[in-house]
This record gives sequence, structure tokens and C-alpha cells, in this order.
Amino acid sequence: MCSYITERVSVEGSAKGPDGWMAVDTATVYFDHPYHAPLDHSLNVDFVNAAGGAGTRVALELSAESARSLVRAILAVLEQGGEAHGGALAPRGRAAGG
Amino acid sequence: MYEGMIAETVAIRGHDGDDVAAYYARPLGAGPFAGVIVIHHMPGWDEWTREVARRLAGRGYAALAPHLYSRLGPGSPDDVAAIARAAGGVADEQVVGDVAGSARFLRAQPYASGRVGVIGFCSGGRHAYLAACRLPELDAAVDCWGGGVVVDDPSQLTEQRPVAPIELTPDLSCPLLGIFGNDDRNPSVEQVDRTEEALRRHGKAYEFHRYDGAGHGFFAVDRPGYRPEQATDAWGEVFRFYERTLRAPAGGPTE
Repeated sequence: MCSYITERVSVEGSAKGPDGWMAVDTATVYFDHPYHAPLDHSLNVDFVNAAGGAGTRVALELSAESARSLVRAILAVLEQGGEAHGGALAPRGRAAGG
Repeated sequence: MYEGMIAETVAIRGHDGDDVAAYYARPLGAGPFAGVIVIHHMPGWDEWTREVARRLAGRGYAALAPHLYSRLGPGSPDDVAAIARAAGGVADEQVVGDVAGSARFLRAQPYASGRVGVIGFCSGGRHAYLAACRLPELDAAVDCWGGGVVVDDPSQLTEQRPVAPIELTPDLSCPLLGIFGNDDRNPSVEQVDRTEEALRRHGKAYEFHRYDGAGHGFFAVDRPGYRPEQATDAWGEVFRFYERTLRAPAGGPTE
């Protein structure tokens, strides 16, 4: 179904689109009909630079199952990466290794 | 017998007099042709929207699909739709204004019959119901699986969508056709039941076709939810409805 359920989250980083790398500051997350993926509904993420125009977007459409797998993979890598890099992934404001 | 059509992007005057892009498909010839406004769904002014417009034109209607996210462009329709999504969609008042502008455009054409209908899919179906309640100049409305006509959670009412369309049912001013899959959850079977009850209670001219074995968006041939038998039957109902409401001589039965 078309829904207005949308989560917006500030992010810090870069994304690579057809025109190359760009800074991104916002991720919009929603579950709705995809534009391209051959699914009835997909978990969609738009990585955008809010100051840019409509084309400054890197878009992702995933099945719900693969989105959950991705979330688990992201959390697992952050966990392992934090340990491997001596607390480099600790949130800012907390002492590394603490 | 010669058949032909033209399909192109045009500019119309929408809500607040804004320039709004639209995809316009119409039969070639002197007409007269009834008009149909095609309201796109949340993902945007996409290829499906254009296909619907061309399908209607192939059946003898002048079909106009306004780009409801025009003001957020330029850019590809999916990129612009992403901006609309991040902003929580566009306001109902603006959509109704753009539909009104579309009706004015259609009626202004020299080959226009003077009758104008509307069709919408998903959130566009909700907009079709809304427009049919707010615009007395529409002659027919088709709501294909529009969720959000019934609103059970008050937090879903926002500044952009302040009123549940079902609350406007007393003002519905044209015949309404509804197409729904019984496996759909938005709208659910219970919500469609309540919509029917409201239409009956207010003595409105309507017909609903509710399909077993079909869920949401079952017309989409490029998705797993496509149901060919149900979609073929439902398209037939849409064209029978428009034949009756947009082409039959005025004063004839419309229900």
C-alpha cells in the first residue's frame, strides 16, 4: 500500500551515485511500492544531500527480508569493527576503549 | 477504420495558478471526447501512470495525468517523488486544486464532450475519493484500492491531510466505482465495508467490485501481486462504468 510512514535520520558520510561521490547528510527510510525492484513493497532508503536538487540522491530498494539481513550485517560489522579498531567506533563523547 | 492517438507532456494551471506538468494522451480526431484525470500514487508520476493514460486514450478518452510533485522538480519522476516522500507527501488541498485545474484544461479543449471523470490508484485512489467529494464538476470517480479513506488512528491526520475522506462522503457529487482486493490490508476488508456503509447511508450512487485472491495493486503487471483474471475483469468494470457515466446520453441511468 502507499503509506506516508517515513523515517528521516541525519547521517554523516558520502555516497557514490552515477555522477561520482557526494556528501550525504540525510537518509529517508520508508516501506512502500518500489520504483524499480520487482516487488510489491520494498524497504527504500534514499541517501540525500539536503541542499542538493532532486538528483542528489542514492536510492536503494530492498525486500523486507534482505533489509533485515542488512541491518543485522551492519550491526555485526560495527560490533566487530569496534573491537578490531580499539574503540574507534565508540559514539563521540565517550572515551575510546571505555 | 483508422485509429490514432497522441501522447505528450503538457503544462496546465493547477492549484494557486501554478504551472503543473501533465502527461496527456488523447485520441486523434474531432471528438467529442470525454476526459479522465489520472491521479498517480505516492511513488510518483511514473511509467504506470503514463500507461494508464494511453490505455484510456486507446478507448476514446482524453486522459490527463498531472504531475502532483511538479513543484518539487526538476528531476526524474522518481527523484522528485523521493523529495515529496521526505516532506510527507503533498497537501490534499493542493492535490484537489491540481485535479480542478486538470478538469478545466480538459473541458477547455475544442474536442471535449464536457464530461470529466477521475481515476486514482493507491494513494491516488484516496485522492480520487477526496476529489469526488470536494469538486462538484466531476462526473465520475474511480477509486482503485485507495487506503486512508477511513482513518482509524487520529495521529494519521496531519496538516497536509487533515480530514479522512470518508467524513466527506455526504458531499460526494458523482457516481463512484471502487476496485479492491480482498487480501489487501490497506484498505482492509473491514474498512471497505465501512466505506460502503457510509455510501449507502448517504444515498450515494456507487458500485464496488471486490476480488478474492487479489491484494493491493493487483493491476501491476511487473509485480508479484499481479492477478491477470481479476485485473482483466476489473478493467472491464472500469470501462463499463465510464461508458455509462461519461458517454451515455445525459439523464440516462448512471448506477
